[in-house]
Amino acid sequence: MQAIRRKLKDITNLWSMVKGLKVTGGQFLKPQVTVHYPRQEVANLASFRGPLQLVAKPKDPAKPKCIACLMCVSVCPSGCLTVLKAKPPKPTPEEEAAARAALEAGEKPAKKPAPKEPSRFIYDYSLCSLCGLCAENCPVGSLSYSENIYLTATDAKAFKLDLLADLRARAGAAPPAGEE
Amino acid sequence: MDSVFHQEPFRGDYYTRRFEPGPDDSTLILNMGPQHPSTHGVLRVVVELEGEYILRAEPVLGYLHRMHEKMGETRSYLQYMPNMGRVDYLHPLAWNHAYVCAVEKLGNIEVPRRAEFIRVITSELNRISSHLLWWGAYLLDLGAFTPIMYAFEERERIQDLLQEPTGSRLTYSFFRPGGVAADLSPEFLQGVREFIPYMRSRLPMYKDLVTDNIILRYRCEEVGELPLDMARRYGASGPVLRASGMAYDVRRAEPYSVYPELEFATPVSQRTDAMGRYKVRLAEIEESLKILEQAVEMIPEGEILVKGAPKPRWKAPAGEVYQAVEGARGKIGVHILSAGSAQPYRIKLRAPGFSNLSLFAELAKGTLLSDAVSILGSLDLVIPEIDR
Repeated sequence: MQAIRRKLKDITNLWSMVKGLKVTGGQFLKPQVTVHYPRQEVANLASFRGPLQLVAKPKDPAKPKCIACLMCVSVCPSGCLTVLKAKPPKPTPEEEAAARAALEAGEKPAKKPAPKEPSRFIYDYSLCSLCGLCAENCPVGSLSYSENIYLTATDAKAFKLDLLADLRARAGAAPPAGEE
Repeated sequence: MDSVFHQEPFRGDYYTRRFEPGPDDSTLILNMGPQHPSTHGVLRVVVELEGEYILRAEPVLGYLHRMHEKMGETRSYLQYMPNMGRVDYLHPLAWNHAYVCAVEKLGNIEVPRRAEFIRVITSELNRISSHLLWWGAYLLDLGAFTPIMYAFEERERIQDLLQEPTGSRLTYSFFRPGGVAADLSPEFLQGVREFIPYMRSRLPMYKDLVTDNIILRYRCEEVGELPLDMARRYGASGPVLRASGMAYDVRRAEPYSVYPELEFATPVSQRTDAMGRYKVRLAEIEESLKILEQAVEMIPEGEILVKGAPKPRWKAPAGEVYQAVEGARGKIGVHILSAGSAQPYRIKLRAPGFSNLSLFAELAKGTLLSDAVSILGSLDLVIPEIDR
């Protein structure tokens, strides 16, 4: 009796493995689920975050919406953004003379306000964790993710991206006078 | 060999030198890890072996310590969000949830109802994907290679779904104090509706392929029996505790978010062994699917981020809060002490894996080395979470 029971148990045990083989065998007849990159690509790349990019002004595709408030710099947990504010434009000779005259008369010379735009916008992609706090907290919506998700390099310096140059390149505009 | 570093005070590291060999000469001291594939990351276990049997096992931690708690003291409340995605990379949304709930408690912030549902839906999806990866990896530890391929088929679908609102596939940083970062699209909800029956149809296949398989049963049954009093002694939580026969689930015991409105059971097993833990986790996938099914229908329209949600330079009122949530591995706790500045004064993170690992030393005593691998896998450890 004991021997028969043991035999029966062995058979059920073996049957469990046959059942497993059936599952694996069935999989052979099904189409493959693996996506063979680079011959194939997945369809949902649009929601995948690429490195940051600047959003252009609606009227001038070479200029960013950025007002250089430095909110993104202060909110970034990894410190990967460096933004330099634009300096006030150089006064013309007439304005300089007027300022000198005002100073002699004992008045404060009228200063030209600095334009609210960045002169440099450097983004270190090697530090970025793509958390999205900068894009979320930008008061003018000047930052977004690019779709350039295949960015790779063997040199860490290649990840120091100049976002202003990138924006100009996308707009097809020439670099401003004084640069290159 | 004459170098000074091979002589007594410099030989080996701290743990090797402090791990006293037993009175018997015939024992062997062996390092399992830190690069052993069955240790899921970089856990190191120093074991003393008598033949194939373990006399003593001591886990050595700290190889993946990243100072998450200390980093909290130098970052503002919003800036700490990406850290929460990286403490436990398999169920990051539960950590997101614990942290934002703690900050909301501290700042007395209300959360819109839609945001609560978004949190529940995404975090339950994430729980399923975490259990799926555990399932695949555990069987990989036991020497079965195919199951992880099946598990990843489902996991990929969940990640494809979650990628759309969260923008990432692993280290989500999606919740915000006062709501969530992005709204769920109708396509996402439709995707979840389609995923639920698909996942249900796969579960019987899991049973046929793995759960009933005699090889797995011999590796799991009566291996690593964890009595309830021992589980409680070590502060185990999550599936490890529930498999010892105690129906403790933070979602039920200390309800948060909209879980009280949802119907789901707390799977419990009286088996106490590795098989019990295995079955509890598979049952939890089904319960999570039940939650998803209800939440997708109940989700209301409305705001996703409350007006007046913390801004980057938000200063929290002074105080002390603790919030616990149920993660895939157990009770996740975030304790914030605020002195009223823009940064927390101190953040303490309670990782469930830490308590679950600490009982391993006692559990592995007297077992075969290969059974210890099975026990270690059945505890579902994520080492980054343990080291923090």
